Amino acid sequence: MSNQKLLLLGDEAIAQGAMDAGLSGMYAYPGTPSTEIMEYFQASKQAEELKIQRTWSANEKTAMETALGMSYAGKRTMVAMKHVGLNVAADAYVNSAITGVNGGLIVVAADDPSMHSSQNEQDSRFYAKFSLLPVFEPINHQEAYDMAYKGLEFSEKFGLPVMIRITTRLAHSRAGVTRLPQLPQNELKLPKNPTQFVLLPSIARVQYKELLSKQDLMEKAGEEMGYNTYFDAADKSKGIIACGLAYNYLVENYPDQKVPFPVLKVSQYPVPKSLVKKIASECNELIILEEGAPILEELIKGYLEKENVKGRLDGTLPRDGELNPNLVALAMGLPSVEGKPVPSVVTSRPPAMCQGCGHIDAYNALNVALADYGKGRVFSDIGCYTLGAYPPFNAINSCVDMGASITMAKGAADAGLVPAVSVIGDSTFTHSGMTGLLDAVNDKSPITVMISDNFTTGMTGGQDSAALGKIEDICAGLGVEPEHIRVFTPVKSKHDEMVQIIKEELAYNGVSVIIPRRQCVQTMKNKNLAEKIKELGLR
Amino acid sequence: MKTDIILAGVGGQGILSIAASLGMAALANDLQIKQAEVHGMSQRGGAVQSHMRISDKEIASDLIAKGGADLILSVEPMESLRYLPYLHETGWLVTNITPFVNINNYPEIDAVMTEIKKIRNHIAINADAIAEEIGSKRSSNIVMLGAASPFIDIPFEKFEIGIRQIFGRKGEEVVKANLAALRAGREFSQKNR
Ligand SMILES: Cc1ncc(C[n+]2csc(CCOP(=O)(O)OP(=O)(O)O)c2C)c(N)n1
Repeated sequence: MSNQKLLLLGDEAIAQGAMDAGLSGMYAYPGTPSTEIMEYFQASKQAEELKIQRTWSANEKTAMETALGMSYAGKRTMVAMKHVGLNVAADAYVNSAITGVNGGLIVVAADDPSMHSSQNEQDSRFYAKFSLLPVFEPINHQEAYDMAYKGLEFSEKFGLPVMIRITTRLAHSRAGVTRLPQLPQNELKLPKNPTQFVLLPSIARVQYKELLSKQDLMEKAGEEMGYNTYFDAADKSKGIIACGLAYNYLVENYPDQKVPFPVLKVSQYPVPKSLVKKIASECNELIILEEGAPILEELIKGYLEKENVKGRLDGTLPRDGELNPNLVALAMGLPSVEGKPVPSVVTSRPPAMCQGCGHIDAYNALNVALADYGKGRVFSDIGCYTLGAYPPFNAINSCVDMGASITMAKGAADAGLVPAVSVIGDSTFTHSGMTGLLDAVNDKSPITVMISDNFTTGMTGGQDSAALGKIEDICAGLGVEPEHIRVFTPVKSKHDEMVQIIKEELAYNGVSVIIPRRQCVQTMKNKNLAEKIKELGLR
Repeated sequence: MKTDIILAGVGGQGILSIAASLGMAALANDLQIKQAEVHGMSQRGGAVQSHMRISDKEIASDLIAKGGADLILSVEPMESLRYLPYLHETGWLVTNITPFVNINNYPEIDAVMTEIKKIRNHIAINADAIAEEIGSKRSSNIVMLGAASPFIDIPFEKFEIGIRQIFGRKGEEVVKANLAALRAGREFSQKNR
């Protein structure tokens, strides 16, 4: 270990912290802004030397459960996902509160307020509160590192999984980090209580009571660790409760970062009740700054709508979206001087599919093949191909959650919209499209599923796809008739041929799968992938 | 000292490589940095920005406040204008003038240039042409970094150290080409400010 500071992304700081604290296994499914955590492990020499398990999982639920299995076996482990990934992993996450852990377990949930790259801006702290599990919410890179390092110990001490909640801004910002000493990995060690992980009602009832009894202890521990801090000041006309990154935006607005009012910085949950009571009793008014949903604010303001509690609910801050120094300045009654407005010549520049992308050729063929049936019947999914919603394609009518294209197409077909089409990517298909396809096969639903296979998880930056080389076998195994599994290469010169194939399958009164297959242009330099493609004979 | 910089461009144009060189230069000068990047969806040809904060004191916010930027450094002319609300009255706008057209409603370039010229402190530079002139087409981003360097409170040698650290692995030729690009950009700004 050297004392030199490392320049790391927030994501990378968490990865390094966990690695230094003796992690044995890292599990994840890609999702902005969490992806770089696993990528850091995969690129790390240290992780290789320490033989840390670090391959992508098929989805967030499998990742979470695998991590729980490693924890069962006594080793330290971490799982990372974007906020909506936690919806997928929620069954495992919520129940892990009742099983508890054996080896330390950290769940990193990376939220995306303002939806820079997401379908919604849900706040993962809700899940933790709902599950009665502890959360660390770092405000800077050093805290991110330290919380991962100490979070594993905290997890073992309380016998519970620990959430580290970050948001896009910290995940994708770089700053210096100082490391702590490398700890050894845990030995293999079974849980002391052999039924700890058996959630039969009789056992779960007992363990739930234990979970409830740990709440006050965790709250106290939070005060002792120093992440929740009360900064006193003379002017008690207002007091500020600042959660997570909101604390930075607050102090940014004052010279030498000295706020003239009492400030309670909250970076660890359960909510530090005694400190909240202290600031509430000492100050005339409370301003609550939260990066995300008004969770504390709702708790404190409550149904009685206490008027001297201000924040996102009364318009002191916007109800939605990411915070920034200017919004917090306004909330504090400080002037916020902006530069010149954006000139009207500036037009928006939305993201688009890359030049030469196979999805483009697939959409061009699909649009032509569908022309006779009329619009409004294409259910799509989440990936680069979602950009087919924009002109000139205007090719899709839905994008909801991973896997929903196939099941929504089935539901619409059940309602009489025939043929209904699903457009899904290879990685999304193995993430959560397969089970829906089984439903469709079992009902012989008249849907055409286009699995646009580019050999990668493209939208998140080209990670491995669990589907590589397996799609036809999976579909056939689920019961799609082999003659209705059609594979072709989406290129301009084969446009007419593609249109013909798609038309044939649209006309079929049952489940068809069409697979336009061509490598993502962004992955052409990936030697590893090139080798695998060759090995599997996919070109 | 404190310099707050908005880096602007289009996903795929490589503003993160400028940010990395700048970060190295700042670290070589024992300064603190925070640099917020854009990853994810916008990297697919959308508008991208990075907030780069350099200071000799501890930095709180990862984001620069609107009205607080000392410099907008843009590798694309229209993108330079998108972040004007961030620019301080006395700040500088340094932009490449070669448009990156990947949308069909890209405005008339003359209209874009007119707006750029309205900014009191601006440097409009043809970084692509300069990079080509010095025989290093791919270094236009480093030309831009050079053009911005007079407005950043870091000694020029530290920028050179940053370049050496970033490109060192790619061999001496690449280092030399990028150092030349850095100097050419700086010279342009010094003549035209
Ligand atoms: C539950 C969930 N997990 C992760 C993501 C992030 N995500 C969005 S698109 C995508 C990649 C999809 O890859 P693929 O289906 O192969 O399509 P491609 O982008 O390669 O075209 C991922 C992982 C998400 N939106 N939701």
